Amino acid sequence: MIPALAIDGLRVTFDDYDALKDVSLAVASGESFGLVGESGSGKSTLLRAVAGLAPVSGGTISVNGKALSEKRDKAFYRQVQMVFQDPYGSLHPRQTVDRLLLEPLAIHGFDDTEARIVRALDEVGLGAGFRFRYSHQLSGGQRQRVAIARALILEPSILLLDEPTSALDASVQAEVLNLLEQVRAARDLTFVMVSHDLAVVTHMCDRLMIMQHGQEVEQLTAADLAARKVAKDYTRGLLAASEGFKPAAANSR
Amino acid sequence: MSALLEVEGLSVSFPTRTGLVEAVRGVSFTLGRERLGIVGESGSGKSQTGRAIMGLTPEHGRVDARKLAFNGIDLLKASKTERRRLRGKRIAMILQDPKYSLNPVMTIGRQIVETLRTHEPLGRAQARRRALDMLAAVQIRDPERVFDLYPHEVSGGMGQRAMIAMMLVAGPELLIADEPTSALDVTVQLDVLGILDRLVAERGMGLIFISHDLRLVSSFCDRVIVMYAGRIVEELPAAQLTQAKHPYTQGLLDCMPKIGADRHPLPVLDRKPEWAL
Ligand SMILES: Nc1ncnc2c1ncn2[C@@H]1O[C@H](COP(=O)(O)OP(=O)(O)OP(=O)(O)O)[C@@H](O)[C@H]1O
Ligand SMILES: Nc1ncnc2c1ncn2[C@@H]1O[C@H](COP(=O)(O)OP(=O)(O)OP(=O)(O)O)[C@@H](O)[C@H]1O
Ligand SMILES: [Mg+2]
Ligand SMILES: [Mg+2]
Repeated sequence: MIPALAIDGLRVTFDDYDALKDVSLAVASGESFGLVGESGSGKSTLLRAVAGLAPVSGGTISVNGKALSEKRDKAFYRQVQMVFQDPYGSLHPRQTVDRLLLEPLAIHGFDDTEARIVRALDEVGLGAGFRFRYSHQLSGGQRQRVAIARALILEPSILLLDEPTSALDASVQAEVLNLLEQVRAARDLTFVMVSHDLAVVTHMCDRLMIMQHGQEVEQLTAADLAARKVAKDYTRGLLAASEGFKPAAANSR
Repeated sequence: MSALLEVEGLSVSFPTRTGLVEAVRGVSFTLGRERLGIVGESGSGKSQTGRAIMGLTPEHGRVDARKLAFNGIDLLKASKTERRRLRGKRIAMILQDPKYSLNPVMTIGRQIVETLRTHEPLGRAQARRRALDMLAAVQIRDPERVFDLYPHEVSGGMGQRAMIAMMLVAGPELLIADEPTSALDVTVQLDVLGILDRLVAERGMGLIFISHDLRLVSSFCDRVIVMYAGRIVEELPAAQLTQAKHPYTQGLLDCMPKIGADRHPLPVLDRKPEWAL
């Protein structure tokens, strides 16, 4: 079967710094794939490269078997949407939530915008009271939910999610994760999801890639990670660290 | 032990097009030289509580309190200049979104150097050395490269650590850390908590640690405050978080995905209107 997303030998270089060195992965249609790894290891860069927002210096990226050309067209963004890691940067602060949601609909020529906006806000648990607020008047988590609503509103087939719930409390996180799973099932969506939270990625994803220094450490299934069947020490270290903080005395023992 | 910070009946509200938003509604607590965690619903007023203590409430917001005192200094009566002075030196806040709070047109290194030089008379080379040490202390891999990057050129977690490095420069007596580790991988997260822990233990700093990560808060903090709809609904020793009484806190704990547990969909909260009274 042709993968929804195939990345082969991807290399991204900023000036002379290699942020990604020869990374390959394939995500089946309807699959949910996780990216976990060291801060600065190139996870966001990988998603940005797919979205056409990073300087690719080698390798290929294909969506549904079609290699992407350097410039992404309008149809591409109808198909592939991204939720950025930093919701402050990705939402214009001087625009109302209504405008932020209307814009993609207008660009892609959707009608029934009114109903879609109302539904999108409702799906992410923001009531009608938020519709005419400016994004700078929202809390961190509220802003993140607007970003998710904005990505979902175009009904893409591939969703790139960069830390979609790290700004949310556990209860809203659960609602957003449930929503994402539900739309994935209903629309046969494909996910690529970055998260530092191993519990979140193993909950959401079938398979994942662990990254360090712009490279793959290992790829494994979520079930194997949960069962601690891992091949690399770096991965074992992540599992140990995700158990929480231990005071210095305990750490040095 | 005398309190480092006393907050009594703190309220913050904003007029908006759709009516008055009461972001914080009568919050009271005291802080010693300890690690106080604040957890709570998204939008429950955690960041606005921190900002009000800092004197960083947005222009049109209204702050009221019966008491707001830092080390015996009445913050409600303090002049703008006095508050700015406190902010630079004695009280610091790591804001929730680091990239938004860093200056976008100045390199990371220059921002740290400038902060350093407002605190100490240092030569250029010396300041640069110190800034590089700070970046290394927060586990930045190649400090020399990152020194010359602009905020939009660093990763989420690197920006967060640059903010933490700048805060370390000032050596505050009170630090409000708003989601300081949300963009860090779990290993670096523990390193950063180790740094904060030492500041509390060795320098007697008071720490307010705002976080959504219940596992981190319960293992790291001494006490935890739980906020819901602008109020504190529960306060308890961090180690006893799992024995919380309030249904919101109990619900929160139950909503978290766990490695190896297979719960689809995750349980969600049935929020009762009376929680928000
Ligand atoms: N525009 C840019 N110019 C120069 N370097 C960049 C640029 N964008 C990213 N980088 C570098 O690429 C590396 C990878 O960054 P990336 O944001 O992909 O990391 P990440 O894995 O998402 O980390 P985090 O978990 O902290 O968000 C970093 O060292 C970063 O400094
Ligand atoms: N400038 C503003 N104008 C109007 N309302 C605002 C403004 N800033 C914040 N609010 C509202 O105040 C409430 C509290 O916001 P705050 O940022 O303190 O939440 P929080 O507890 O930090 O949430 P999160 O966990 O999502 O960051 C939110 O409902 C938010 O929408
Ligand atoms: Mg990132
Ligand atoms: Mg906040």
